[in-house]
Amino acid sequence: MREERSDMSEDEDGGGGVEQKERWGPSHGGGGGGCGSAKSRGGVWTDPPPPFSDQVLENVLENVLQFLVCRRDRNAASLVCRSWYRAEAQTRGELFIGNCYAVSPRRATDRFRRVRSVVLKGKPRFADFSLVPLGWGAHFSPWASAMATAYPWLERICLKRMSIADYDLSLLAFSFPFFKDLTLICCDGFGTLGLAVIAEKCRHLRVLDLIEAYLEEEEEDEVVDWVSKFPQTTTSLETLGFDCVVSTVNFEALEALVARSPALRQLRVNHHVTVDQLFRLMVRAPQLTHLGTGSFGHPAALALQGDVMEHDADLVSAFAASKSIVSLSGFRDVASQYLPAIYPVCANLTTLNCSFAEITADELKPVIHHCHNLQKFWVLDTVRDEGLQAVAATCKDLRELRVFPLNATEDSEGFVSDVGLAAISQGCRRLRSILYFCQQMTNKAVITMSKNCQELVVFRLCIMGRHLPDHLTKEPMDEGFGAIVMNCKKLTRLAVSGLLTDKAFGYIGKYGKSIRTLSVAFAGDSDVGLRYVLEGCPKLQKLEIRDSPFGDPALLSGIHQYYNMRFLWMNSCKLSIRGCNDVAQRLPRLIVEVIRDRPEADDETVEKLYMYRSLAGPRNDAPPFVMIL
Amino acid sequence: MEEDLENRGGACPQLLDLIPNESDWMMAPEASGGGRGVGGLDDSEDKKLELKLGLPGVGGGEEEAAAVLCLDFFSKASKTTTTTTCTGARRRLFESAESKSEGPQQEQQAGFLQLQSRAESGNEWPHKAVWAGGKADLQQSHAAPGGAAGPNTSSQTRAAPAPVVGWPPIRSFRKNLSSSSVKPSVGLENDNAEMKQKFDNNKKGLLVKINMDGIPIGRKVDLKAYDNYEKLSLAVKELFLGLLAAQRDTPENENEAAKQAFVGLLDGSGEYTLVYEDNEGDKMFVGDVPWDMFVSTVKRLRVLKSSDLAALRLGAVSRKRTATES
Repeated sequence: MREERSDMSEDEDGGGGVEQKERWGPSHGGGGGGCGSAKSRGGVWTDPPPPFSDQVLENVLENVLQFLVCRRDRNAASLVCRSWYRAEAQTRGELFIGNCYAVSPRRATDRFRRVRSVVLKGKPRFADFSLVPLGWGAHFSPWASAMATAYPWLERICLKRMSIADYDLSLLAFSFPFFKDLTLICCDGFGTLGLAVIAEKCRHLRVLDLIEAYLEEEEEDEVVDWVSKFPQTTTSLETLGFDCVVSTVNFEALEALVARSPALRQLRVNHHVTVDQLFRLMVRAPQLTHLGTGSFGHPAALALQGDVMEHDADLVSAFAASKSIVSLSGFRDVASQYLPAIYPVCANLTTLNCSFAEITADELKPVIHHCHNLQKFWVLDTVRDEGLQAVAATCKDLRELRVFPLNATEDSEGFVSDVGLAAISQGCRRLRSILYFCQQMTNKAVITMSKNCQELVVFRLCIMGRHLPDHLTKEPMDEGFGAIVMNCKKLTRLAVSGLLTDKAFGYIGKYGKSIRTLSVAFAGDSDVGLRYVLEGCPKLQKLEIRDSPFGDPALLSGIHQYYNMRFLWMNSCKLSIRGCNDVAQRLPRLIVEVIRDRPEADDETVEKLYMYRSLAGPRNDAPPFVMIL
Repeated sequence: MEEDLENRGGACPQLLDLIPNESDWMMAPEASGGGRGVGGLDDSEDKKLELKLGLPGVGGGEEEAAAVLCLDFFSKASKTTTTTTCTGARRRLFESAESKSEGPQQEQQAGFLQLQSRAESGNEWPHKAVWAGGKADLQQSHAAPGGAAGPNTSSQTRAAPAPVVGWPPIRSFRKNLSSSSVKPSVGLENDNAEMKQKFDNNKKGLLVKINMDGIPIGRKVDLKAYDNYEKLSLAVKELFLGLLAAQRDTPENENEAAKQAFVGLLDGSGEYTLVYEDNEGDKMFVGDVPWDMFVSTVKRLRVLKSSDLAALRLGAVSRKRTATES
């Protein structure tokens, strides 16, 4: 995981996308209120050039606006007057589009002419959990084509949950001679051929970062040796992350690449790279700051041989020599005897991701004991409450914790519980973000966390058994989550679970004034729950709900809000076509997609609803199972 | 084999959908089993489910073992070589059984799959596939009926809740964790590999590969989206124009020059010509036969440089032509 990139998640951004600037005011089709741009007038301004003195002013303005980086500030600036609008459009260097269907590529490239960096997000997050059928959309192709001609100076592209074809990568490689940075998060559709073209053609490439991408399945003879395609001269590579690539890479080529990339700081290799291969890479690149270790073990066959000890010593020395490492990840197939090798770097670590390593509390303790500076820690629940207690004891500066389940099933044995959560809250007072999977939880522990961790911005608790109450008191988890929204004033992202009544939503609506992202599953009693949220949370941007008893009346209660939001997702709730149609009619700029899994299903019920504001109108690439109302 | 398996596996679980949309939203925890309530899923359905999961030819003792199966695949006792997943577990269940070479197991397994497929009403979307999945691999449970549930026997005493798609919310990327083999998700996103195939070749579309001389990467075109050659020709232009223009390196008019390349695709007068390979392996000019016949016989398309044509396939073309003429 990369610090900046993976923070490019729902936690960070707000409603500052392109679409917000295009004025979602009342003039855009009646119904609800606009989004906070009271001065809005609607429409894109295309005017004749201003008279001379205005032109001078605009030039001055452009020079000033260069310094304005934050996109929300830029959005605000663009609303001041036409002159500012033009100047801002001319000077915007990074284009952020939170929903690729909210605006057409053409419109975006027409307005912003000098963009160097594009961030584009596609599918709704629930696509990660098999809830969005394949082929739904979020194709990068139209954007690639538009940008290929519009932005010859483009340097950076960052895509999240988009479908990208090898062809698109090819187009990038050929169209942007100054291309430097390709970051793909949770994308799919491409393969090693696309990577090869990028490697070969982008001579100035600095960043090639694949984060949890799903490459196309390729037969052995289809896999391309992309690592060999990098220029044979010294490269400017700074970041190379391919831990999610399933196929093997040519190790000799990789080693040679690392050797001729003096600027390389971040390297994340895939699980095919063994420990001794890793050692060789580390020797070549002692300047690394971020290392993804690959398997950190040997293939099973070799592990039985006796020469394992030598490797230990080598490995320790390699880590000792890597004085700059601040982030470690990987550990895909960790052989626990190698763990101590990382001790030399532990004291400097700010990020440790061992969330693919099945280690026990006893294996973790000696490692974590050294990690005083740890800020970000991702781990598997196999370390148990005891392991978390050790974390709490040492990592006083911890900002982000994610505890993933080894067995992601509802009735698996729970390894962590309220005990671990409470311990963390006691020890890690500066905690800002937590994602915690468990099988049992208590209100008390959650309340404790709400009081101890006042800095919490992201609170995501997943009690894996559905509808599970507090395991001690047997009460719903309302009070716990209520305390979180009440006490954590900085909270912007919340995910709830366990047995929850409408009361919990009442709390959220009443106290969750800063909440931008809310995830709900198997919760609530009635429409009232959803109403509380839609009526009470003015900053709500992203709302994703599944399997909760909210119906049409609840949906309609949010009419005033939907233009302010990036999207609403609801599946397996109690919606009907009539209610969705109602919303669609009242809000013409809202795209209402009804997704059917089973074509012959009952016409009245809506299995899946995905609604989002858009200036582009209904998309023309919707597959047959998507009905746009 | 894995692909076949996924196809069949994909069709199967639909039958076992036990969470209808109109299920009661039971908030109160179930009285038994420590509150592992699953709203709307009552015991009798569970029992039905258990019986269904018994493989054909499996005895009474097997039923219990099968019934006890829950989705906890990471039994420490089992050292399956296959990776195990959560929602992917349903495929793995079949896969792990099928990959073992024991005959009777395979037969039973195959029989089960066929049973499922026959009963399946042709639904392509195993979306809410549920069943009490397999604790330990199926292999073990057959080998030792009744006691085969593996080390975690506590689950025998409570009804295993039917798993739901996408819950718990873990990316499939993370689900393939086991001590024996750790890989990022081999399958495509969302464990829907079988779905991908179906939507690729769905009954409404006909995807055909198309390559163009000088362009390193091919594309796919859905022939059902067009009804005549003109439209196809335009589509081909749209598909490749971008990359062709980008490759040409001339900053101005690159688009114009590139567009020119696509003029005369069908009549042989342009810089490029559109040809196709039919189901007999012959290479033909596009445009010779009626559209419908073309669509039914085409296997792949190519955009060739017209200057290269002469060397290639006139032989094949004239053979075809004489065949139709005579």
